[in-house]
Amino acid sequence: MRSGVEAAWAVLEELTDPEIPVISLRELGILRDVRQAADGLEVVITPTYSGCPAMGQIEDDVKATLARAGIAARVVTQLAPAWTTDWMTEAGKEKLRAYGIAPPHQTPAGSNVVRFISKPAAAETVPCPHCGSARTVESSHFGSTACKALYKCLDCQEPFDYFKPY
Amino acid sequence: MSAAIDYLLHLADNALVLGQRNAEWCGHGPILEEDIALSNVSLDLIGQARLLYQLVATLKGGDCTEDKLAYFRETHEFRNYTLLELPHHGPLSGYAQSDLDYGTTIVRNFLYSALMALLWEALEKSANADLAAIAAKSLKEVRYHLRHSRDWLVRLGDGTDESHARVQASLDHLFPYTQEFWVQSPAEAAAIAAGIGVDVTTLRADWDAIVDAALAEATLQRPAVGGYVTEGKRGIHSEHLGFLLAEMQSLARAHPNGVW
Repeated sequence: MRSGVEAAWAVLEELTDPEIPVISLRELGILRDVRQAADGLEVVITPTYSGCPAMGQIEDDVKATLARAGIAARVVTQLAPAWTTDWMTEAGKEKLRAYGIAPPHQTPAGSNVVRFISKPAAAETVPCPHCGSARTVESSHFGSTACKALYKCLDCQEPFDYFKPY
Repeated sequence: MSAAIDYLLHLADNALVLGQRNAEWCGHGPILEEDIALSNVSLDLIGQARLLYQLVATLKGGDCTEDKLAYFRETHEFRNYTLLELPHHGPLSGYAQSDLDYGTTIVRNFLYSALMALLWEALEKSANADLAAIAAKSLKEVRYHLRHSRDWLVRLGDGTDESHARVQASLDHLFPYTQEFWVQSPAEAAAIAAGIGVDVTTLRADWDAIVDAALAEATLQRPAVGGYVTEGKRGIHSEHLGFLLAEMQSLARAHPNGVW
């Protein structure tokens, strides 16, 4: 007989991001923990961007998935430590690439603001997820959502989204 | 407790008011990419405001909610910098209509993002752990806002004669409003004394460095400042905030407790 914690992990494993339905919440680093609290099971999630409209949907999806499996659990939203794209698993990044979204680079070490802006975004090479070419340019700092930037491949000419380091 | 509430409202109102202003570009951007960029910046700002209002609501207790703070306070209860409530064009009275001017939008976002990048970074060490957590998230977001607005400042300033002249005019119009950043309000003083807030005057040299480097690259002249120092963060606002709030709050007030 599996514990409640294991059972919850197992059903939530299948749950994907509502905006990018190829990657699971665990692979994205949104699903942080499932733990046994004194008064029952607790599922811990963390928001991505502060204003991400998917967060409400994600919480609803988590609750609905648990309810369908007959698992009673509380969903807790935790802000610290702040979500980072560095938590994304390698398997998750590969799924993003196959879906046509260039996965995020490692976030720059340290958070020094002056250094961040002095380094032009264009200096980062973002390989095209379609043809693999490194000859790509950024068209816009913001793509279809706040978490992505819009890029264009100079070889295959396809536009694509780049999941920005956060 | 009260020191924390007043300070958090100042930060929250800044984010909400600028978020609402920038959202005016949604569907009206000069090009599609910028329409989307400004909407995404607004989403970040409104998200930051929500986290801060939720924290205030928790501290206040009772039946206080984030929606009550955003939609059911009056103009004089808002604590945002006056800079952030101004319309997207040069000086005109509150009800006057004018085309939205993208240079004004970009200059304002740049001046504010340069401050907030430094302030959020410093607030990561706030004695209030919840505020420190919000600061850590907001910092990641504002860096992209700063990069975006700085990029466009350079593009417009070092662009055509027309774009240069217009963005310089926006800078001349908005720059004096940044004086408000550096004059401490009683709420800020109380928050600093409690270890919750940060003395922004300690960030001024870094802000100057970010601004001066960008203006030099954009071939723009840093305007001389002086004259009236606005006091939006003490609740004394320009005539523009009332118009902004009237639009933003009308739906919630027409349908109190509405859910959809």
